[in-house]
Amino acid sequence: MTTTTIEAVRPDRVRGRGAGGPSSTRTVVAYGFWIFILSDITMFSALFAAYAVLSDRTAGGPTASELINLRHVFVETMCLLISSYTAGIGALSAERRQPDRFLIFAALTFVFGAAFLIIEITDFADMLRVGAGPSRSAFLSAFWALVGMHGAHVTSGLLWLIYMVAQVVAKGLLPHVLRRLLCFSLFWHALDIVWVGVLTVVYLMGAH
Amino acid sequence: MLGKLSWSAIPFYQPLPLYAMGVVGLAILAVLIIITKKGWWPYLWEEWLTSVDHKRIGVMYLVLALVMLIRGYSDAIMMRSQQAIAIGGAEGYLPPDHYNQIFSSHGTIMIFFVAMPFVIGLMNFVVPLQLGVRDVAFPVLNSVSFWLTASGALLINVSLVIGSFARTGWMCYPPLSELAYSPDVGVDYYLWLLQISGIGTLFAGINMVTTILKLRAPGMTYFRMPVFCWSALASSILIVVAFPVLTATFAMLLLDRLVGTHFFTNDAGGNMMMYVNLFWAWGHPEVYILILPAFGVFSEVIATFSGKPLFSYRSMVLALLAICVLSFMVWLHHFFTMGASADVNAFFGIMSMIIGVPTGVKVFNWLFTMFRGRIVFKTPVLFSIGFMVTFVIGGMTGVLLAVPPIDFVLHNSVFLVAHFHNVIIGGVLFGALAGYNYWFPKAFGFTLDERWGKASFWCWIIGFYLAFTPLYVLGLMGMTRRLQHIADPSWRPLLLVAELGAIVVFFAILCQAMQLYVSIRTRESRRDLTGDPWNGRTLEWATSSPPPAYNFAVLPRVETIDAFWEMKRKGLGAARPAYEAIEMPRNSPLAFVIAFFAVVTGFALIWQIWWIAILGLLAILVAVMVFGWSEDRQREISAAEMARLERAQLGLGRPA
Repeated sequence: MTTTTIEAVRPDRVRGRGAGGPSSTRTVVAYGFWIFILSDITMFSALFAAYAVLSDRTAGGPTASELINLRHVFVETMCLLISSYTAGIGALSAERRQPDRFLIFAALTFVFGAAFLIIEITDFADMLRVGAGPSRSAFLSAFWALVGMHGAHVTSGLLWLIYMVAQVVAKGLLPHVLRRLLCFSLFWHALDIVWVGVLTVVYLMGAH
Repeated sequence: MLGKLSWSAIPFYQPLPLYAMGVVGLAILAVLIIITKKGWWPYLWEEWLTSVDHKRIGVMYLVLALVMLIRGYSDAIMMRSQQAIAIGGAEGYLPPDHYNQIFSSHGTIMIFFVAMPFVIGLMNFVVPLQLGVRDVAFPVLNSVSFWLTASGALLINVSLVIGSFARTGWMCYPPLSELAYSPDVGVDYYLWLLQISGIGTLFAGINMVTTILKLRAPGMTYFRMPVFCWSALASSILIVVAFPVLTATFAMLLLDRLVGTHFFTNDAGGNMMMYVNLFWAWGHPEVYILILPAFGVFSEVIATFSGKPLFSYRSMVLALLAICVLSFMVWLHHFFTMGASADVNAFFGIMSMIIGVPTGVKVFNWLFTMFRGRIVFKTPVLFSIGFMVTFVIGGMTGVLLAVPPIDFVLHNSVFLVAHFHNVIIGGVLFGALAGYNYWFPKAFGFTLDERWGKASFWCWIIGFYLAFTPLYVLGLMGMTRRLQHIADPSWRPLLLVAELGAIVVFFAILCQAMQLYVSIRTRESRRDLTGDPWNGRTLEWATSSPPPAYNFAVLPRVETIDAFWEMKRKGLGAARPAYEAIEMPRNSPLAFVIAFFAVVTGFALIWQIWWIAILGLLAILVAVMVFGWSEDRQREISAAEMARLERAQLGLGRPA
């Protein structure tokens, strides 16, 4: 009884739940990508676990509080959060088939994402200069692996964004391009969530 | 220029692997010549290598598993023979260096390249058919999964002739696996090839979860799904949540070896037990990734051949999901001797016993399904009953090992080796072979020979008990695992019995091969024209054998559990179905291209030939981007064409 009512109102809602047969491609693609993100976060959880185990194993080398510059981290975090915000508006513009607005916000996303990355790389270079490379101690191994893995994800996200912008420019906002943009914004927001974990566990807890 | 690679990498001083590879190489060459002579390349390329059809990919997974089973078995018989010979004064024929590589590759191959492809292949083939849909959620990704797994399998065979394999055991524990103690490429082979195939497995898991949760025939609610689909769902969720941990762990070990980090080293604050913990945080779910689909197979086989619905479907599903959750809470029982406190060990001991409860529920469900059923003793049923007996014994010894004080005595003894072979052979392998016998007619349109099938079953079960019961006894007598030389001559009789068991298993594999050969020879007389050779209950039997590429011309409507049984009971619809145009994915060479470069890149990474590795990775990136740009990935089958195809199908296969 209820099912029929829902089916009449929102056929898309019922599809995939058993009553209405296979889901739409958009749902399937987004859902599959969610599952991928879940797996990616599991991968990060192993690196977080390693960091938690090794964070005080400094082997006489520099400790977290000696290396962390919270001012930089604050700017980094803001860059990433803003880029996530612009990515969100870009996604909404794409859904409304406004390619120009999308391109503007994609560019902003890229700029803020790249700014995050540049600050991170500068910090990494500073650490190398003072002899705090990944092979100095177990703590630094875990630090570089966790933060570096997040940075590698941001890098691949930026490359993906360039590719998606190229697709939008060349093909316009076709349904399959929109599906991939949806995946991209899921990915980009997931990196924010991971960063919140990194910020808390590595930087805020490590700063003192 | 070529990193660590030089002529010295080829072990000319070890004739045995060279001869073996020579024979394999000649066999591969012969196959390639035959294919070229007969002009089969276009057929192979179009119908198999570039296929994105879940049924073809499933079959290719099974072929990979069966081929690698022979490789893994060769390792096994070599170890058994060494232990049967090298007693007391005798040295045996395998030097320690070679013997260590053999037990490492035996474990790696059997888990990652026999058991995994076998269960993933079965899931691939069966799940979309049982769900009443046309393919998995991401067909091209599915072929990528398979080909990455095949790449890993290829690399592990390459390690036989070029360089060496790990000597660390299949778990590759540090600090032995660190650069300081394993300086050559053996561990690098292990790590890189498992990273490559692990990505494939992860994609397969993501694909399967999405398929089961989002693509089902109209009316198929969760509690109308066949139990095999539930087991595939549980197993795939475990893949998604467990495999990334393995990837991260191996990445850390690789960093230790390549960059000089200190995750698991003895010095600079590294913690080797962290590797062991992380490894088993993947490793224990892994054993359930393997066994749950086997449970699913037995559920289907027992219900079908008892002519009854499965006893207590809901408790079966709940038991599967309970195991799915609990499997993440028992990892520490693999190393009770780590030195954790008594409380910690007690917790994990109790959890390990609790996880036996849902498994016990399942055994009772199967027994009650058979109770007062009209059981038809076909080969898959024999494997299922053999499983129930064997697996219960394996479970009992498992519960025994879950008691920490007992584990302290039996840790790393051959008692443990006997235990996990008991559950993996008696559970996973019997399940895989039951599924192979059960669904073969669906895949190829003719049934397998029963006589050879039953002979193989009896050889398997007798061989198994002969080979592993002695190991239980030897374990209790104090024999540790992985011994290259046995000091105590009083163990000889039992080791000879174990050797005999391994030889009987050889005949089991031989019977398996004969079964396939005889069945193909006599296929005309064993055609399955109805699509339903076993009087099945679930939707895969509702279509022809073999099914058309699109599985179902019209998606079936599901009203109950055992949907096809209900359809048969009500009488198959006589009305002419109304065909509609459908879209099917086009074949794609993407996966094959990626796999090719994955092998090249993997090989380069192992030997630290960085420029080739970078070029290979770029090539993969370009391939993905070119594919991502392509538009025309679907082909439409119009309603008229569908009607024509179906008429042809009916004329050929199923008399209307």
